[in-house]
Amino acid sequence: MKKHTNMRKLRTSICLHTLLTVLSILWMLPVFWLLISSFRKEPGAYTPYLWPKAFTFDNYTRLFTDTRLFNFPRWFMNTLFVAICCCVITTILTLMVAYVYSRLRFKSRKAIMNICLILGMFPGFMSMIAIYHFMKAIGLDQTLLALILVYSGGAALNYYIAKGFFDTIPKSLDEAATLDGASRHTIFWKIILPNSKPIVVNTAINAFIAPWVDFIFVSVIMKDNYNNYTVAKGLYTMVDKANIYQYYTVFCAGSVVVAIPIVLLFIRLQKYYVAGVTGGATKG
Amino acid sequence: MKRFWKEFAQGDIWVKGSCLIMGLGCIKRGQIVKGLMYLAAEVLYFLFFFGFGWKYLSHLLTLGENAQLKVWNEDLQIYQRVPGDNSMLILLFSVLTVAVTVIFICLWVINLKSASHLYQLEKAGKEIPSLQQDASSLLNDRFHITLLSAPMTTLILFTVLPIIFMILIAFTNFDANHQPPGNLFTWTGMQNVTDIFLGNETKTRTFMGILGWTIVWAIFATFTNYIFGMILAIIINNKLVRLKKMWRTWFMIPIAIPQFVSLLLISRALEPSGAINVALMKLGWIKTPLPFLTDVTLSRIVVIVINMWIGIPYTMMTFSGVLMNVPEELYESASIDGAGPIRRFMSITLPYMVFVTAPATITTFVGNINNFNVIYLLTAGGPASLDYYQAGKTDLLVTWLYKLTVDQHDYALASTIGIFIFMIVSVCSLTVYNRTGAVKKEDMFQ
Repeated sequence: MKKHTNMRKLRTSICLHTLLTVLSILWMLPVFWLLISSFRKEPGAYTPYLWPKAFTFDNYTRLFTDTRLFNFPRWFMNTLFVAICCCVITTILTLMVAYVYSRLRFKSRKAIMNICLILGMFPGFMSMIAIYHFMKAIGLDQTLLALILVYSGGAALNYYIAKGFFDTIPKSLDEAATLDGASRHTIFWKIILPNSKPIVVNTAINAFIAPWVDFIFVSVIMKDNYNNYTVAKGLYTMVDKANIYQYYTVFCAGSVVVAIPIVLLFIRLQKYYVAGVTGGATKG
Repeated sequence: MKRFWKEFAQGDIWVKGSCLIMGLGCIKRGQIVKGLMYLAAEVLYFLFFFGFGWKYLSHLLTLGENAQLKVWNEDLQIYQRVPGDNSMLILLFSVLTVAVTVIFICLWVINLKSASHLYQLEKAGKEIPSLQQDASSLLNDRFHITLLSAPMTTLILFTVLPIIFMILIAFTNFDANHQPPGNLFTWTGMQNVTDIFLGNETKTRTFMGILGWTIVWAIFATFTNYIFGMILAIIINNKLVRLKKMWRTWFMIPIAIPQFVSLLLISRALEPSGAINVALMKLGWIKTPLPFLTDVTLSRIVVIVINMWIGIPYTMMTFSGVLMNVPEELYESASIDGAGPIRRFMSITLPYMVFVTAPATITTFVGNINNFNVIYLLTAGGPASLDYYQAGKTDLLVTWLYKLTVDQHDYALASTIGIFIFMIVSVCSLTVYNRTGAVKKEDMFQ
């Protein structure tokens, strides 16, 4: 009898592992395709065969050295600069707003929170033209500063997860500190922030990734100013109709270069992701 | 408010004078710096209003009367452009001016309040707070003002004002034929709304068709991910599966790659001479390439299937987290009652998971209604259709909005659609927020 159940367990285990292997191969296939395309020697997006005829590292060297038409190194530095600024500004603004909503009680608090909630429901694309003309009116169109402002300007709307986290820090800590004569300013810096490392990391990583993956707002704000493109918009331009044959494999190489840091950050983020999604519900 | 008026009416000449010259009350009671700041704000506002704002605000009702003209210049023998009014700038700066005015009025009321408050303090013989005391209260009692000022300023400038502007655009005829600075556009009332619902046959058909597909898409995209993500999470969490963490990471890597890369790559692979058709033909399963992106039904199936590739890892992560948190005592009592594994799953695990993930599911549903990337990068809304107004058969409302804005410059119609998307999304979201009660019970765990 015991042997029978063991056999059944073994069979189920083999089945499950086979299934998982098949599925993960299916999931990794595009990633794998991206990698081999980035090392493919023959140019062009379409080949009548699947496995490349020859491999080369040229696509990567071309990416960083051939800057006549597409200045990838410059785009990379642009994006890095924008991402670091956004990361700092967005994190500070979001945490400030989240702290206010979580801890401070004042007259118009509910109203402001509801307004933020409603504003977040407008499709972002709707206002991008207005933002462009506004930037143009104040002379900031086609600049990196405009991008930073656009990416971090709406930070006050994304307070929700951080607020949920602050809500779980016991209020007795604040009260004890107040009795010791700490002002709310001190409480924020000395008590709330040191206890919120996961949420600080989470907010910062999310804000850092955003400029690397957005190609819509860059298109609208930069128009044809190639020098101020970010990598996403730049890579996207490499595969438009005029350039795709020449640059498809270079595009793949560039994508790999961009994807590696994001994948690493994403894996780091993974453990906070679950808490963020289910946090509000389990507490409700 | 009533108390404020009463106090104000009791105030002396300095308090009442603050109506006209802001900060007068403060200066009189010794808060000189604060008073001068009010005064400076007033001066700046009037400089702004008469030097800049009024120029635009005065044209708000017509959005400009003089179109740009071409005038023959005898001396140079060429046509010269005489700049006319720019409707767009008139509207944009009018919105800005009105916003600044609203903020100024708030400041004016605060100025009156503090003037009469100081008067009351003086009458009662109490000490007038010094500048230093005021400043330190900004770090304590009024800390929210300090913290909120920066985020709210950026929010107003880069979110609120653009949204107000675009809502107003929905009531104008700002389209490809009315582009400033060459042409003027003007108010047309509800024309765009009636166009979509009654007036213009093509636009009505397009809107209804796209709305229908958006809803079908959102339902399929959400529930395929939900069900298969749940199954995947259950498989990985099975006691017999080794290396759970490795499997999870394995599924996370593909979705960590920026979507404009992965989806663009898949889209190229789906084309007639792309990798997938090549592979299928090499295998001998098909003779001619399959029209993945040009056949209506096939392309709709393709976007839903590819969306599973993106979405399932996310739902898998969510469900993994939930599965680890199912209260153990529920299983223990069920085992004592003699429930088998299937019974335990059906009456404990499943209901618990559905219950806990309900809010997240509706958020995903809303996210799918606005799922721009999957549609735009895979099919770009195509296959294009002649029945539709500037849209294709896999277009969602949000991609249609994008195309109308960027390709067609039909801003008025795009804004109208944006408002409809907002209505759909807000109805869905508000239902969730009211149902979950997470908002109401926010103090419970503090």
